[in-house]
Amino acid sequence: GVSLAAAKERGQLVFLEGLKSCLDLLFGEEEQPGQPSPLQFLSGSSGDLRALFEFVRAALAPAAGDSWKGPVLLLDDLGVLLSLGAAPVAVLDFIHYCRVSVCCQLQGNVVVLVHSNEDSEDEENELVVNSLCHHSDLILWAEGLATGFCKDVHGQIKIIKRLSLRQAAEQDLVQIYQYKIQDRNVTFFARGLSAAVL
Amino acid sequence: ELPAPLLDDTHGKELGDEAAAVKSEDFQDSMKIAWRYQNLPKMEASPTTYTKFGHYYDVSKKMSPELCQSVKWHSFYLHEELSFESKKKVWNMNSGYAMLLQSIQRIISQEGFDGSDPQKKQRNVLRIGIQSLGSVLWGDDVCCSDAPEDPHSLTKFLYVLRGLLRKSLSACIVTVPAHLMQNKAIMERVTNLSDMVVGLESFIGSERETNPLYKDYHGLVHVHQIPRLNSLICDVSDTKDLAFRLKRKLFTIERLHLPPDLSDTVSRASKQDLAGSAKLLSSGCGAMAIGKKHLDF
Repeated sequence: GVSLAAAKERGQLVFLEGLKSCLDLLFGEEEQPGQPSPLQFLSGSSGDLRALFEFVRAALAPAAGDSWKGPVLLLDDLGVLLSLGAAPVAVLDFIHYCRVSVCCQLQGNVVVLVHSNEDSEDEENELVVNSLCHHSDLILWAEGLATGFCKDVHGQIKIIKRLSLRQAAEQDLVQIYQYKIQDRNVTFFARGLSAAVL
Repeated sequence: ELPAPLLDDTHGKELGDEAAAVKSEDFQDSMKIAWRYQNLPKMEASPTTYTKFGHYYDVSKKMSPELCQSVKWHSFYLHEELSFESKKKVWNMNSGYAMLLQSIQRIISQEGFDGSDPQKKQRNVLRIGIQSLGSVLWGDDVCCSDAPEDPHSLTKFLYVLRGLLRKSLSACIVTVPAHLMQNKAIMERVTNLSDMVVGLESFIGSERETNPLYKDYHGLVHVHQIPRLNSLICDVSDTKDLAFRLKRKLFTIERLHLPPDLSDTVSRASKQDLAGSAKLLSSGCGAMAIGKKHLDF
């Protein structure tokens, strides 16, 4: 695997730990006027996630001497922002700004994790999830098996390549695999061909 | 008012006695008809029948005041607290929750649960219990209406609480009156913000109270979520169907065990009965699947 600690040391990884940032905001010292907390929206003074976006932009801005290309923004998980009081529109605006900045300007990628449920009654969350799906090039959709719990097959993953976004007449390409999760690893296999069965 | 802990080995002894009684009945009877079941392990109602795990309490007695006083504990009663004061305007949530969070943070920091005091030799865990979060007792109307005045306070509270717990040697158990929450979206978010979620469903007042299948139990235990901390997987137990029972002295959680249906009507169930029992069984047990009974030979 990749050593995240080492990457952080080198400055290759910038990690915003939401829980820590939130505690700093609520229990920490008075914040400096020039350095607003990325989670400033918690105070309710502004309804948007501008401060969070500014943090992202600053963190990914290429610095002199950097040789790294293709930045990646990982968001885990977006639904938490809704739970913290951000409006769905604010969340979608934030994502839009990130896409423009990271994908278009910096030629990078944005990876977002969201949770969803077939019978979810969380309309705000479903709105965000649907919007994200519409605008994504690639969707990895992991869910449990429709037949219920199985010790050897923990779930299935649908990999959807949104070719229809590029070309109007193109169909999306859908591939389905099943998987088993281990302690630090996940093994994927074609449907019905788990190691337990073979 | 806490239940008295079973400190001496009386409970251990009781368990031991029960186990011994079961074992003496258990002679190796070879099965003639159900021979396929011969080699399966004997069904254990309670996963911990033969081992003593954790702490046990006698619900018929209260914890002695001497024991309570000998331990260091703090309480937080909202209505005895002074009104919420903070120089910071960032506390944009229900003041009751804000005060509770500040109280918890203060105890963590003062008692050194956040590792701030390297001199402290005894590494104990701060155990926090919060009752009826979300109810009007905390000044929240999330349990009274499906369009609450401040639907985000509860979830914000849980997020900050998680932050405090992760940063210190502490664990917290929270009870939430989910049956009062009309807004299901909030319950979904509460679940996502928690490490472990267990639901208790009582049979009292429901149609299951008089169902003979459930006569040995007082309710069901639903495990909605299991923690996955520092690992990709969690420890999923084999038992998905759990029920609870409040005996005279103990509250126990057991594997839901339906006795075999030995009544005369076993193979002559009418379509009505089948539909009824299928509905009951589909919500809990996956073991018995009653399909069409039209087996003609």
